[in-house]
Amino acid sequence: MPSGQKLRGKTAVLLFLMVFFGAVGDTLLGKGMRAVGPPGAWNPAEITAFLGRAVVSPAVWLGFSSLLLFFLSYMLVLTWADFSYVLPASAASYAVVPLLGHFFLGEAVSPVRWTGVALIALGVGLVGQTPPSTAPLGSVAPAEVETAQGD
Amino acid sequence: MQIAFFVLLVVMAGTSGEMFVSRAMKEIGEVTSFRPASIARVVLRALGQSWMWAGLAMMALAFFSLLVLLSRANVSFVVPVTALSYVMAALGGRFFLREQVSAGRWMGVALVCLGVALVWAG
Repeated sequence: MPSGQKLRGKTAVLLFLMVFFGAVGDTLLGKGMRAVGPPGAWNPAEITAFLGRAVVSPAVWLGFSSLLLFFLSYMLVLTWADFSYVLPASAASYAVVPLLGHFFLGEAVSPVRWTGVALIALGVGLVGQTPPSTAPLGSVAPAEVETAQGD
Repeated sequence: MQIAFFVLLVVMAGTSGEMFVSRAMKEIGEVTSFRPASIARVVLRALGQSWMWAGLAMMALAFFSLLVLLSRANVSFVVPVTALSYVMAALGGRFFLREQVSAGRWMGVALVCLGVALVWAG
């Protein structure tokens, strides 16, 4: 069915963008926040100082921008795809994040953790086999869907 | 203990927030054009949905907790642990959003869960 294939195709493209921007964003944010360090204490002054340090870090800004692009792809794919499909499928980033952490931040990744990453990848593969959208499209708000297609 | 608390906060607030966002996007309906103007229109319409704002509020809470976590622990530990929310996502999809979660999808989610447990143990 061509329309089903098209749906799968655009779902895959947006999931790839989600995984890419999500992984890059998390890694940059992790790098930035560890340079910033935790708040000194849990009072408003210390928390404000903590946020102030975070806001001037270029790595934090780059990470945040990347996460915004992640969120945009996420919103778009969710206009048609199941939440229970998109979320597990985007877990592919768990294979990417430890890789980035390992090679860019020099973090040690144990064999057990690598096994976990492999199982997650297998699970993501299984979820990917299921149809991306099981709720009939437009069933929630048919009138609004029509308006959206009208432009 | 404090780390466990923030992990819980990231998972609970994050999943319910994402579920609300999903609900808002379903109200808008399938996007068929990816021109910048169309994308901008979809974003604007999303911002008019109250589910979207409820979702963003929960996600902001989860995001702040994640920042605190990331400043204390390794990114290759923190981010995989938040994958616990993927099991909650399947439950939420099934019961809150009325999606059909097939046997294959459940199995995939179970493997993701097992993988997360190993990542936690490792």
